[in-house]
Amino acid sequence: MGGLWGKRERLAMLLLLLLALVAPFLVYPVFLMKGLCFALFASAFNLLLGYSGLLSFGHAMFFGFAAYVTAHMGKVWGVNPEWAILGGVVTAAALGLLTGWLAIRRTGIYFAMVTLAFAQMMYFVAIQAPFTHGEDGIQGVPRGRLFGFIDLGESLTLYYFVLLVFVASLWFLNRVVQSPFGQVLKAIRDNEQRAISLGYAVNRFKLLAFVLSAAFSGLAGSMKCQVFQLASLADVHWHSSGEVVLMTLLGGIGSLMGPAVGAFLVVSIENYFAEAGAWVTIIQGGIFVFCVLLFRAGIIGTLSQWLKGLYSGVGKA
Amino acid sequence: MMIRKTILGTVLSVLIFGPVHAEIANHKVKIGVLTDMSGPYSDLAGQGSVMAAQMAIEDFGGKVNGWPVELVSADHQSKADIASAIARKWYENEEVDAIADLVTTAAARAVREVAKEKGKVDLDSGPGSLPLTNDWCSATGFHWTYDNYATAGGTATAVIKQGGTSWFFLTADYAFGHDLQAQAERVVKANGGSVLGSVRHPFPSSDFSSFLLQAQSSGAKIIGLANAGNDTINAIKQANEFGITKNGQSIAGLLVFITDVHSLGLETAKGMLLTTGFYWDFDEGTRAFAKRFGARMNGKMPTMVQAGVYSSVSHYLKAVQQANTTEGIRVADKMREIPINDFFAKNGKIRADGRMVHDMYLAEVKAPAESKGPWDYYKILRTIPGDEAFRPLSESTCPLVKK
Repeated sequence: MGGLWGKRERLAMLLLLLLALVAPFLVYPVFLMKGLCFALFASAFNLLLGYSGLLSFGHAMFFGFAAYVTAHMGKVWGVNPEWAILGGVVTAAALGLLTGWLAIRRTGIYFAMVTLAFAQMMYFVAIQAPFTHGEDGIQGVPRGRLFGFIDLGESLTLYYFVLLVFVASLWFLNRVVQSPFGQVLKAIRDNEQRAISLGYAVNRFKLLAFVLSAAFSGLAGSMKCQVFQLASLADVHWHSSGEVVLMTLLGGIGSLMGPAVGAFLVVSIENYFAEAGAWVTIIQGGIFVFCVLLFRAGIIGTLSQWLKGLYSGVGKA
Repeated sequence: MMIRKTILGTVLSVLIFGPVHAEIANHKVKIGVLTDMSGPYSDLAGQGSVMAAQMAIEDFGGKVNGWPVELVSADHQSKADIASAIARKWYENEEVDAIADLVTTAAARAVREVAKEKGKVDLDSGPGSLPLTNDWCSATGFHWTYDNYATAGGTATAVIKQGGTSWFFLTADYAFGHDLQAQAERVVKANGGSVLGSVRHPFPSSDFSSFLLQAQSSGAKIIGLANAGNDTINAIKQANEFGITKNGQSIAGLLVFITDVHSLGLETAKGMLLTTGFYWDFDEGTRAFAKRFGARMNGKMPTMVQAGVYSSVSHYLKAVQQANTTEGIRVADKMREIPINDFFAKNGKIRADGRMVHDMYLAEVKAPAESKGPWDYYKILRTIPGDEAFRPLSESTCPLVKK
């Protein structure tokens, strides 16, 4: 490996960043922002699934509830977007602490079921609580002015704000994974008994990873609420929990860019095939089957394996 | 160093020489139909709504003042966020001038917010909730076919007059269901009836047995169904199987579409009272439209939602023609000016709150012996004049209404 990032990765990242900077001039910005929000959601989810080996089936509650809190704060209380987003993140982290505290006592399918149960409870709250407005959701949330003077009403300004948050979050998540803390997480993922015998307080590590993942999922939900100016039941529904698993698997578990690529793929299908009517879900299913059969390691995983093979081949020649 | 400079240069040049946003008349009219293509309302709206819009455009000659009229359609999957995203994309990026149908309130609400922000037109035919012309009203938003006040009010009034004075409600547990129940309760109480109780069922639901037993044991003469689509169909079917209707209790569907009756069959649905904004077999005009529609939709007859899409789209085109622009607010003003006269509405008019006021019809479902053929389902008992059917403008909470 040699250092955090190799030269090649660094160049690739720079190119991607460049692409992201010019993209809103070529592609519809709102679509890009939706992609970025889901990419962040999937990346946060990946911290748990890819690096800690915990499959949560309830991440929609963090994503969706953060959106509700941001929408409520922005619309009813009229606070600036940065506070509304912070409120969403804090709510998600608190929910994550509560759910995680209970869920990490179990592993595997039981862990997934506990998280799903909590998510369904929160879904019920979202339907019944007066402030969420049930089926209608909270709509017409003002985009507002960031720090009181940056007008986010302009799509392009909002895009660069979302991009900044996304890049910073991804950088942070990557730092977490590369840090000693991240190494311990991987050790727990690979062999929990061994990590315990080495003297690590395994549950504390798991809980912290869970809360971090929940908080960043919440950040993604709050950003999505900023972009679409609404918070709705769709975000807290278990479909969202399933969708984020799909995105992560499609892109590639345990890679930095994999979940983001998966997220963009799924969002593109939803966006560009909406005109296909009832066929959307069928197309989605078909692509999923196709990817699972052909790219077991996800798109990025397979790509990097292929590249590795190519380079090692060149090295030998 | 070289690379860094190049990158910096590229970024700067893009930022500086990015496209300039300018208003350019695009010399065409584009209409979007946003509806439920795959979910519970695809039968009563869905593909039929797209067909209705297409027919409206064809009947107009495919051109307005020499500008071609284009049609796009999409599935919002009954989700507010998808509806909002598509509407935003259409209005901002694909030069869509008006969006029609918008079945399900949550989707309609989401699109309304975007349309209001962009100053574009939305033509709601599918959704029923009242706030669309009250708290959420806009200068460029229209509510065309029906609303909960009209359907629940019309049906409940008729049922009470027939002696159905005590009610029990079976309500779909979401905003639309609550609204529908509230509208019916208002009428029941105003006419001296009593509400013995209500129960909320999850949306959507397939098993109504425990709710129906509660309704049965309440002893109410009328079981009011404050739900729609498949929920209504399932509830009526199961009430029939439980023998509830044979034991003297009656079912009142507060929002029933002709496609629901078609799914239920006349044997199950016979005798039911309902309020509708359109019936295909009403007069020459409606029959002529229905025949053409049926020929292109495998013999299906249009629902009130689909007929409303036709009416709203052709009225929109007429307004574009007369205003000679596609600019939202000017077209909307023109739409309010001209009365609506087509097979769907006689002397229909649009109020300041966006409500299109037209006659509604109280109908009774025929018994199998009375029906002469497929889709011959309704006996029209009474025409409810528009001003009586819809909530008076004086009660509107729409900020656009001057008091």
